[in-house]
Formats: sequence, C-alpha cells, structure tokens
Amino acid sequence: MTIQTANGFSLDTSGKRIVVDPVTRIEGHMRCEVNVDSNNVIRNAVSTGTMWRGLEVILKGRDPRDAWAFVERICGVCTGCHALTSVRAVENALDIKIPLNAYLIREIMAKTLQWHDHVVHFYHLHALDWVNPVNALKADPKATSELQQMVSPSHPMSSPGYFRDIQNRLKKFVESGQLGIFKNGYWDNPAYKLPPEGDLMAVAHYLEALDFQKEIVKVHTIFGGKNPHPNYMVGGVPCAINLDGDLAAGAPLNMERLNLVHRRLKEAYEFSKNVYLPDVIAIASFYKNWLHGGGLAATNVMDYGDYARTPYDKSTDQLPGGVILGGNWDEVHPVDPADPTQVQEFVQHSWYKYPDEAKGLHPWDGITEPNFVLGPNFKGTKTAIQELDESGKYSWIKSPRWRGHAVEVGPLARYILAYAQGVPFVKDQVDSSLAAFNQLAGTKLTAKQALPSTIGRTLARALEAHYCAAMMLEDFDRLIANIKAGDRSTANVAKWDPATWPKEAKGVGTVAAPRGALGHWIKIKDGKIENYQCVVPTTWNGSPRDPAGNIGAFEASLLNTPMERPEEPVEILRTLHSFDPCLACSTHVMSEDGQDLATVTVR
Amino acid sequence: MNSANQILVLGIGNLLWADEGFGVRAVEEFDRRYACGDGVTVMDGGTQGMYLLPHIQDCRALIIFDAIDYGLDPGTVRLIEDKDVPAFMSAKKMSLHQTGFQEVLASALLLGWEPERVVLIGVQPEEIEDYGGSLRPVVAATLDRVIAIAVAELTRLGVKVAPRDGHAPVTPGLGPDPLHRKAYEEGRPSETEAYRKGDIRVLALRGAE
Repeated sequence: MTIQTANGFSLDTSGKRIVVDPVTRIEGHMRCEVNVDSNNVIRNAVSTGTMWRGLEVILKGRDPRDAWAFVERICGVCTGCHALTSVRAVENALDIKIPLNAYLIREIMAKTLQWHDHVVHFYHLHALDWVNPVNALKADPKATSELQQMVSPSHPMSSPGYFRDIQNRLKKFVESGQLGIFKNGYWDNPAYKLPPEGDLMAVAHYLEALDFQKEIVKVHTIFGGKNPHPNYMVGGVPCAINLDGDLAAGAPLNMERLNLVHRRLKEAYEFSKNVYLPDVIAIASFYKNWLHGGGLAATNVMDYGDYARTPYDKSTDQLPGGVILGGNWDEVHPVDPADPTQVQEFVQHSWYKYPDEAKGLHPWDGITEPNFVLGPNFKGTKTAIQELDESGKYSWIKSPRWRGHAVEVGPLARYILAYAQGVPFVKDQVDSSLAAFNQLAGTKLTAKQALPSTIGRTLARALEAHYCAAMMLEDFDRLIANIKAGDRSTANVAKWDPATWPKEAKGVGTVAAPRGALGHWIKIKDGKIENYQCVVPTTWNGSPRDPAGNIGAFEASLLNTPMERPEEPVEILRTLHSFDPCLACSTHVMSEDGQDLATVTVR
Repeated sequence: MNSANQILVLGIGNLLWADEGFGVRAVEEFDRRYACGDGVTVMDGGTQGMYLLPHIQDCRALIIFDAIDYGLDPGTVRLIEDKDVPAFMSAKKMSLHQTGFQEVLASALLLGWEPERVVLIGVQPEEIEDYGGSLRPVVAATLDRVIAIAVAELTRLGVKVAPRDGHAPVTPGLGPDPLHRKAYEEGRPSETEAYRKGDIRVLALRGAE
C-alpha cells in the first residue's frame, strides 16, 4: 500500500520489515523499522524513541539557579550545551544581562564543545560507517603516505614509516582475539568502499583525534573550573580574572592560563583544517555515488541562530537562524521561540495524552502525561513489540513542529541557512570544499545537489567545527582586549537574590547544540521552578508523524536508500549516525560483552 | 593537571537514574570520609564517555566504582581486576550516547596506555528505571563495603588514606552541592506533583504480563 505524506514523501509498507533495536540497559532508546521492496530499497521508515523522560519530574520546586547542574547530568555527551541553555533560560526569565567577559568565555566554551563533539562524533562513531579498520591492515604504507600528501599537504604526519607504525599497532589489537576491540562490525559488507590506504589514513587520524582530545578539553577545565562537568553560573561565569596573579593567589584566570587556551584553540584550528575536513572530503569522494539520506534537508530546515557577535543582538548571529520551507533558499522565515504559535509539540503519534491531540502545545504550556497504547496492527506483546503500528501511537518522542511544518535541525540545517543568507565565511567554506570534492570525485555537483544528503550532513559538521575554531580565535582576541582595557567583570549578581525576582516569570534559552536547535523553556513561581521543558534536537529529527501526517527527519532521510544486505543495516546506521542522535545516557552499566548493542530482525 | 604517577578513583554512572548513580555516590561518600593527599584524584565521571579519556590516559592505577550488569542478585558486590575489566569498541551502536566505559578503556589502550593496575568495584543495581530517584537501600548498604575495598586497594598501592576530620567534601572535582545525595533526595518533587512512572512497559514487566 502506498501512502503520500503531507510533506511530499511516498511510503510503501508492503515489503519486508526490518527492525533495528539497540539493546541497552534501559529498554533501548531509539528503534528503527523500515520496509524494503524486492530490490532491498527502503520504502517506509518508522523511527521511535523508546524512553520516557520529562525533566520537570526532577526540577519542579527546585532553585532555578541550580537547574544547570541537573540538566548537565541528562546526558554525558551534551553536558555543556544543556547547562548553557539552562542559564540562558533563567537569565531570560529574570532579565539578567551578563558582562562581556562572561559572554566571550561562554562563547569559547560553547564553540570548544561544538568542535570537540563534532570531532569525536566523526572519528569515534561515524567514521566506522565509512571506514573499515580491518581493511587498513592490507594497506601499503607508502601509498597511504602519498594519499595523505595529496589530500592534505600541510599535515606533517605523513611519512610511510608513520603509517607503518600505526598499522603495526592496529595489527596488535586486531590479533588479540577475535578482531579484539573491533569485534562489533560488519566488516565484509560491500557497502564499505574505501581502498585500504584510505582506511589506514583514517585510522591514523582517529588515533590523532583521540590524542588531541586530551588537550582541547583543558579549555573547559580552565574556564569551567573543572572537567568533567564544568561549572556554569546564572549571571556570568564562575571564574575571576587576575592577569598578573598566580594560581596560589586564588586567581583562576591569569595570563599563563589564557595563553594555554590560545595555544589549544590554534591547534584545534589546524586540526580541523588539515585533518578533519580533508578526511571528510577524501572519504566522501569514494562514496560519490552514495548521495542518499537527504530527506527533509532538501526542503525544510530550522535553527534558532547563535554566536551573536554583539551580545543580545540576534541580527549579529554568525550562524543566523530561521526556517527554510519547500527547498526555497531565497526565502528565510524568522523564528521566535517565545511565540506560542510557532514552536509546538504534537502527540497524536506519541505515547502522551493531550486534551485535544489535533492541536500542538507550546513548551511553556507543555504537558507530559504518559499514555502507552499501541496501534491496532502492532505485532508481539506490549512488553516485547515485534513490529510497531505507525498508524497509532508509536514513540516516546513528541513531534515538535514549526507552524505545523516538520523540519530538520542540526549542523546541515544551520549550514543551509547560513549559505542561503550569504554568510561570507560559510559561503567560502561550502564552495571551496565542494570544489575539492568535485575535483577528487570527477563530479560537478552544486551546493543544492550535494548538501541535502548523508554526506552533506557529515561535511556540514566538519565545516562547522572549523568555523567554530575560527570564531573562537576572534572571541579570544576580544576577550584579551577587553580585559586589557580594564574590564575584569565576569558576573552580574544584581539579581542573584530571589528576593529581587518577580513573583512569576518565564523565559526561554536556546543554543546551537552539536545536534541542532536546543531550547529550554522555564516558568518560575515564588523563586522556584514551576515548569521546565526541553525540546532537544533529536526530538525534532527523530519525531514521529504529526496529525497532518508529516514525517520527521530521521524517517524521511532513510527513504529510497538501497541496502546491500538487509540483515546488516550499515546504510541505516550510516544515515542515522549522520544526525548524531542523542539518546539518554544511562548506558554506562558495564556488561560482560557488548555483542548485543543492536539487534536486527528481518521479517 | 595530572601526572603519569596519578592514581584515579573514578565513579561513573548517571545519578538521575536511581542505582545507575551508584558509582557517583560511592566517590562522593569516599571523598566525604577520606583524604588521600597528592597523587590521588577522586573524580565524579558521570556518564562522560570520551571526555574521561585524558584522565584515564594520565593515571598509572585506576579504581572504578560502577553499577554492573553481571546478572547477580541486587546489591551483590563484585571485584573485577585488570584484564577482566571489559575493554572493547563497537561499531554497532546507534549513537555516541552508547559509548560505554569499556570503549573509553579500549581507546586508552589503543593510545598506548599501560596501567599497572585496574580495579572495577561493581555493584549489581536493583532499580535503574526511576528517573529522579536515588540509591535503593540494598545498594546504598554496600557503600561501607565498597569504600573499604577501595581503601585497601589504595593502601596496597602505597597511598596513605586518612579519615577526614571535617565533614564537607573538599575535592573540587566532584559535583556541586545541589547534586549531593542528601540535597538531591530531599529536593525531589513528590509523586503527586510530578508523575514519575513514565514507561508503562516497565511497570507491566514487573506486573502481570
């Protein structure tokens, strides 16, 4: 049976159903079901969040000034962005403006996190969707060296001896048991296209990236007082500035520490320029015929905008927000997260109850009342679902929409928005990296053809990491200039005392988080949290269908993708990974073996 | 920050999910009771995944507190040592958010980390499905024991572990006050104020079906 969705996609549920369900400690977190036709092309996709979480359960009645510490624990990957969004929401509710030093320090922390998260995402999670580390053992180190020098002549680590050493290290690990640490993979799947030399180069850079992490997180330690879990503060940043002081005098931020930050930022800039970006372009060129996965990115994208050059002036956002609809890059609609008619969450296909499910609710008025019922055609039992029925309720994720439209959020959305709005840095980056790709691949793709794809999403993340490094260097110079001009202020504590607050207040904070548009909406009453709602990027992208029948970004992105082997969901994981999905982090309970991280069932 | 001679006492897990927070609560309690002096870092690692890698790489001995799923009775303490501590990668995970601690260890090994000693002090959780909840009594009751194991291990490693005179935790690496166990538990909204039992499938698992 073929269904036309309201947002222009064609779904056919008649073929074989494939279920990919990650098995984790808490009931799994995200599950994906697809139907493939007789040629193993995906014709229907169903994405479901299998875990319930509402932050108001934890935050109601607590002190708004403490909220950041709790939201920092929601998840181990997005730590800092939740904390930053939270302090922004509280400051917005109480009309607190932070000093310029605090603003710039927060900018550097946010961009460091963005950079770090994108690098870890690519090398630690996503690269294994394109790179086959086992195949790297077959590479010729000399040819690898030549490949390295071709794709990135400025990178110093490129000798045949260097790659031979890496290969030997890798060999040691692969031989220590059944592929040792790489035992969980689909390494003989023909979906892997790199020559062994490409694989070895990527493995070498994976190790370099891991090694560099150690350095870049020091930025958070210095500004946030500690790492893991850097400190945040409503009204500013919890660090004092004393340029001439030493640490013994109790001045955490002196010139020596700032110089260390500067060195790390410059190294980050070099790494994204000479390693990360060339890797993505080189790997992409081997997958030039795999331009699947665009989905909603080709039509509808959204971001709130971030990185204002002038604090509190959205018109100076260096990654400007907005909404693009219907693939019309010539028209960008403005976004206001405080407008009750714009961002709304629907629950018709989610396991929640609203008084009227045809309507959406703005987060300030959000309700989180669970209602676990399954559609009439589900297969299995309530506790062991074999197949969901997407005509009914099928996810613990709500469906956020912008004026009723399903949109994709994330680095690709931000890059399409910035490109369409002519941000010079972004335009240069996109055009020059595309030219490099076209040259390697022998193609003539335009930005509008190449960006809305799984590869485009991966490229946008690399470009954004590098842009963040460039912006941070400027933030750093401004910070030093401002401090040298005599401004030592790092916090505005005029409204620290709840006695200065209004009886009731509401606010919203937004951040361009690594996975996309992140918003926290808070209501404060009598100095305590009355309601707290987060709409996270994965809620936008992983959302189920809405009352009008629009499908979300994950579902749209999987359509029309051919699978080499339906029982090995390399292609599904590749595209879902390109969104860097955020699943609640409580998977850190160790088990004796990790074989069961995902189960795949073909029916 | 650290030197290669460091000993790291690390608690991991998510304190928002009841017994999942065991490791974090164990280091918090350890730090409340004992001071170790230079050379020992006591750290609340939360669920930080790869962010913990630099700290792992920099230590010669690692003592980990964590909830473990070894299919034991709830509250069972299990000591896992050196090569028996799981360390492997996975390409099959759906998300970076499934980066288990075993991958952080595997990454450290891949980068040439050669620890003298790795000890995992694990406890089988009773309840991890209670968002906003705290340790269950059967797990909280293991704290004395697991801390004694860590003290014995540190002593064996040549560290002088001294009981603290005061009561306030002084290690800056641990979480801010509102997250400490007592404040966390006392500040929890009541069940009538905020509905806790989100996932009915979990309830059904314990009930009839």
